Amino acid sequence: MNSTAPAPGAAHRLTIEWQRIALPAATLALGILAWDLVVRIKDIPPFILPAPGLVAKTLASDWTLLWNSLVVTLVTTFQGLALALAGGIGLAILFNQSRLIEHSLYPYAVILQVTPVVAVAPLLLIYLPQQGAVLACAWIVAFFPILANTTLGLNSVDRNLVDLFEIYGASRIKVLLRLKLPAALPYMLGGLRIAGGLSLIGAVVAEIAAGSAGAGSGLAYRIAESGYRLNIPRMFAALILLSMAGIAIFLALSVLSHLMLRRWHESAMASER
Amino acid sequence: MLATNAPPAAATPVVTLHGIAKRFANGTLALDQFDLTIRNGEFLSLLGPSGCGKSTGLRLIAGLGEPTEGAISWSGANPRGRRRNGLDVGFVFQEPTLMPWATVRRNVMLPLELEGVDSGVAKERVAQALERVGLTPFRDAYPRELSGGMKMRVSIARALVTDPQLLLMDEPFAALDEITRFKLNNDLLELWRAIGHTVIFVTHSVFESVYLSSRIVVMTPRPGRVFAELAIDAPYPRDERFRTSAEYAGYCRIASQALTSAMANAS
Repeated sequence: MNSTAPAPGAAHRLTIEWQRIALPAATLALGILAWDLVVRIKDIPPFILPAPGLVAKTLASDWTLLWNSLVVTLVTTFQGLALALAGGIGLAILFNQSRLIEHSLYPYAVILQVTPVVAVAPLLLIYLPQQGAVLACAWIVAFFPILANTTLGLNSVDRNLVDLFEIYGASRIKVLLRLKLPAALPYMLGGLRIAGGLSLIGAVVAEIAAGSAGAGSGLAYRIAESGYRLNIPRMFAALILLSMAGIAIFLALSVLSHLMLRRWHESAMASER
Repeated sequence: MLATNAPPAAATPVVTLHGIAKRFANGTLALDQFDLTIRNGEFLSLLGPSGCGKSTGLRLIAGLGEPTEGAISWSGANPRGRRRNGLDVGFVFQEPTLMPWATVRRNVMLPLELEGVDSGVAKERVAQALERVGLTPFRDAYPRELSGGMKMRVSIARALVTDPQLLLMDEPFAALDEITRFKLNNDLLELWRAIGHTVIFVTHSVFESVYLSSRIVVMTPRPGRVFAELAIDAPYPRDERFRTSAEYAGYCRIASQALTSAMANAS
């Protein structure tokens, strides 16, 4: 099984791997080229649609400003994510231990999730200091996927293993720590991966809402501000930075998930054919 | 009777089931008037069709759930005063039932950890249990890296690591291929003879039950109760010669006939 000679088809697999990187890169290059051509041929002014070169130039020239704003937004995102992780897992454990608490609170967790955060943000800005409100928005959207996934994980434990723990007289806390939480880990990490992106969205939405109230220095606020000033190249630059940050968060959480599960969970295993 | 034979009927009972009935919440009557005495050191098989309540009986003995009627009494119960619920059993499920996130060693150590056994002692006992089932080289492997038969060996090592008085096995080899099953049958008999614990083995295979057991209890379909008892007096150690002998075939025929009439009686 572990032959050292390359298996037949290895070259083919390598080609596929290579294509997975090359094809999206080619698509991107073509898209940028088309964008540039349209701007040049139609002679579109930069305050309507800046050429990609100008966006890149703006990204470089405004780097300090944009980077500082990005850091502000990312700090909020990670704070929101950390709180969502603690709150989501904590509440899921509470739900798992007590049906009474679950039935009392779960509907409100759902309501928190289905109410659009854009609509909640202005209200939160009235009652909370601005930074608190932004953080609360990031938390609200990130919290539910972690709660829902962890709850599912805690309830998906192998029944026979539960019986085994009972046979050996394991206490509730031991069943939780030694059986339920490890079994729920893949689900939690799945929830975390969704929550990472959502937390960023929550922070951005709240910053934009707060920005319209005239304060803030996050990246989303920069986008709103640039919009008012018709500084469209900077809007694009900030937007690119923002989506880069989203991609980086997703990749980082995927790597984390892979590292934690690679020894034992099906999702992290390479399939051999 | 040869000296190597099954323990005589006079051997002390380990556990006795008196008129057990078990009705589930959905109304299913799994067991009714189920009487059984398990004697010290015997290898007892519960043989019956699927859904005859044999697994239910095994789970009740393990303390998983309470009988609706009747009582289970342990003689010299809890001799080592170890188990909080008063039981001293090892349980092997039909599936290996291993924790996928833990290595073989950690899986086998679980019962000792849950009982709060000193970790130095536990490590030694785990090493011994793994040695017994021939898995020492795989102690740091994860369950997914093992074959079905090896996973089942881990499960058996885990059940034996506490050195239980009574080993309960719920169709443990039903999902394995025949070659692996024969091998594990032989290894299980060797372990049983070396350790001398009492075994209750649930199966729906006539051939497996005759090969392994000193006594077979044939059960009726739902609700399950004892239909017939069959002593298999063939001497241990049993091996491939026994599996191909006329004596074995004769016992299989008797057990098979008992099973057929148990099912006919019910319908």
